Amino acid sequence: MTDITKRFGDVYANRNVCLNIYKGEILSLLGENGSGKTTLMNMLSGIYFPDSGSIEVNGVPVVIKSPKDAFALHIGMIHQHFKLIDVFTAAENVLLGINGKLKDAKDGIKQICDKYGFAVESDKKVYEMSVSEKQTLEIVKVLYRGADILILDEPTAVLTPQETEKLFSVMRAMKADGKSVVIITHKLHEVLDISDRVAVLRKGEYIGDVNTGDTDAQSLSNMMVGRSVSLNIERPIVEKTTTRLKVEHLSVRDNLGVLRLDDVSFDAFGGEILGIAGITGSGQKELLEAIAGLQAAEKRSSIIYMDPKTGMEEQLCGKNPQQIYSMGVGFAFVPEDRLGMGLVGSMDIPDNMLLRSYLDGKSGFVNMKKPKELASQVVDELGVVTPNLKTQVSKLSGGNVQKVLVGREIAGDPALLMTAYAVRGLDINTSMAIYQLLNEQKKKGTAVIYVGEDLDVLLELCDRIMVLCSGRVSGIVDGRAATKEQIGLMMTSIGGTDKND
Amino acid sequence: MIRISRRASIPRWRSWLIRLLAIILALMVNAVVIYALTKMNPLKVYEAMFDGAFGTNRRLWNTIQEVMMLLCISVALAPSFKMRFWNIGAEGQVLIGGVVAAACMIYLKSIPSALLLMIMFILSAMAGGIWSFIPAISKAKLNTNETLFTLMMNYIAIQLTAYFVALWENPKGSNCVNIINQQNGEGWLPAIFGKPYAINVIIVMTLTVLMYLYLRRTKHGYEIAVVGASKNTARYAAIDVGKVTVRTVSISGAICGIAGFIAVAGQSHTISVNTAGGRGFVAIIVAWLSKFNTLVMVLISLLLVFMEKGATEIASSFNINDNISKMIMGIILFFILGSEFFINYKLEIAKAEHISKEA
Repeated sequence: MTDITKRFGDVYANRNVCLNIYKGEILSLLGENGSGKTTLMNMLSGIYFPDSGSIEVNGVPVVIKSPKDAFALHIGMIHQHFKLIDVFTAAENVLLGINGKLKDAKDGIKQICDKYGFAVESDKKVYEMSVSEKQTLEIVKVLYRGADILILDEPTAVLTPQETEKLFSVMRAMKADGKSVVIITHKLHEVLDISDRVAVLRKGEYIGDVNTGDTDAQSLSNMMVGRSVSLNIERPIVEKTTTRLKVEHLSVRDNLGVLRLDDVSFDAFGGEILGIAGITGSGQKELLEAIAGLQAAEKRSSIIYMDPKTGMEEQLCGKNPQQIYSMGVGFAFVPEDRLGMGLVGSMDIPDNMLLRSYLDGKSGFVNMKKPKELASQVVDELGVVTPNLKTQVSKLSGGNVQKVLVGREIAGDPALLMTAYAVRGLDINTSMAIYQLLNEQKKKGTAVIYVGEDLDVLLELCDRIMVLCSGRVSGIVDGRAATKEQIGLMMTSIGGTDKND
Repeated sequence: MIRISRRASIPRWRSWLIRLLAIILALMVNAVVIYALTKMNPLKVYEAMFDGAFGTNRRLWNTIQEVMMLLCISVALAPSFKMRFWNIGAEGQVLIGGVVAAACMIYLKSIPSALLLMIMFILSAMAGGIWSFIPAISKAKLNTNETLFTLMMNYIAIQLTAYFVALWENPKGSNCVNIINQQNGEGWLPAIFGKPYAINVIIVMTLTVLMYLYLRRTKHGYEIAVVGASKNTARYAAIDVGKVTVRTVSISGAICGIAGFIAVAGQSHTISVNTAGGRGFVAIIVAWLSKFNTLVMVLISLLLVFMEKGATEIASSFNINDNISKMIMGIILFFILGSEFFINYKLEIAKAEHISKEA
């Protein structure tokens, strides 16, 4: 790929990028969020068409206008969001868009599985598959179409450490077979673990490449962010902690009647960060929403909130958000779905600041003075990059959206702060700023609940970590003593021992 | 190669300039169409259109009156639509308000006029409110589809109106209701400043300004905006979505009921199944074109009524086919709607060298 440029509006996603991919290597494409990794690869797989620049495959200049063209050139990409049809079987999905007989597909799948050590059941429907199985299917699909260049977009984001290890061994098998594998990631340890060579992008520009053997985490991260950043997250010790939230026997069913949370009990203390780990969809969302009054809980469930000022104990179960609000419960909630739940994308920053406080005051009219002050305060203190306060929140970048949301939630001096995937999609600098804010809240005596997905971060940031597995508490461990392997096992089996669960 | 990209922002004056250019362009295209089809001088045709809407004092007041009716219903729709509650039942809500107003005029004419008008105003508003409350509460409690429900309510309202028209039929056998209380005008909105329709203007303009403030400045207005943007966010912010839905849609219906009151007490002084006259649907276009800003609705209502009046005028005075005036209206609307594209997006012409590189 030579001199590739792609522009969205006024933003350059890629600017004069030159990249070589060699036969029989595993190349890591490393960069912060929004640095243009996925866009670059999408141009190779025919999703986007470059504004300028040229692409050569095996020395021959080519034009890739659609995924079909890419397949014809033996280029296949496994996207972050799987492109599978839920009600089709594995074999039917493999055949999608190409001609062929189902039986040949099944044979083909078997051959590929034997060759690289996959396990795919041809007749299983996609909706019955786990995330890891779906991903495997995506890879098989691409291989079945004869891909020699495989691009994997953040494949490990949804996997447990054990599943990641399995994926890596498959990638090594493919490499041994002479295929080129590109893995897009921003996890440094994975880069060092799997790849032969690392290419780094920063803000849409190509920074350079190094052989993995000649580098280390620190220098890669320097290349990625442009200057040296500390990877150490602070974890202050707060001496005096008080019980803030007592959750007992909490069970939640979704509207299909499926049990999403099963008899969850734990305490959260003021002055500590309680991490919640688990594979996505293990009940994290339901847990936080039940506390916020957005999800109805089953009988026997109990959520006791202990007010730090009055010492009163309040039962939150069976109350709706309006009742919890009028009880004066001082909690803040940074939900996973930022623009779909935490903020109103079509409104500007002051209007979004108003969301939590619009009922203040007796008058029927809203008072815009405080929200405006808060908006400029948040923009200043958290360094929100925005043309002005009047900009619609949906037009801000992901990191800035999150800063607006977190800024508003901590502005009310909460006694309980709940965050769901607070740093998802954010670059290292913004993530560090968010950790800093959480630590400040902790030092003020707030009980912080941090639902996270990056185990390294959970282990560095949290005082205690509760691990959820299929809606049940797999265990609560000390954040200072636990290891990643231990948590990884607990995520997949209750207590980390019962492997048949 | 032309590339299309979304504008980050655009100054307000520029967006209005684009809209103005669109209208000028529409008139130019129309001129060509008019000449090509009828061989008439387009300027003469435009003059006639203008004449049809504003030419005489009577026509001017007629236009104003029509604008006010359309505006009133559009203002009524604003809160529902801003909340993304697709109330297409304005037609029925207006009719029911009108029927109640007419009933008061017929049965309560012994009550002093000022008091009677107050009663009519309140009962009409309540009738319209109830007519929209039914689909609203069903939406809130049972999550029914409001588009179908409000549409169905229209048919019930039309049938009810037809029943009452038959009941009040006067003279017998005409199947319509003659002007009610023609002798002494009980329950008629009085003329002020010597103008019979001036009070309509005052009522509707007051509602327009109040609705603007309600949507922009009050806590209720904020709730409506949040519910419209995302119900999840509303729940998160401790907004009772069901309550806000019922309240907002009832207000919407109540103002439609007031529109029915104005139509009967302030304009036609009679009732028929055509009292709403399709304005409940035209108002949807007004509401969308003005992006639920009630002050902009004044302009849009004026434009639509002007075009309708003008079209009728040229059809009759030049004796040309009715379809040609409809084409002219269509072209103007097309350009106005099209201008929104150029306000939201910009076109750039890519440099030639890039193309050759790609090819």
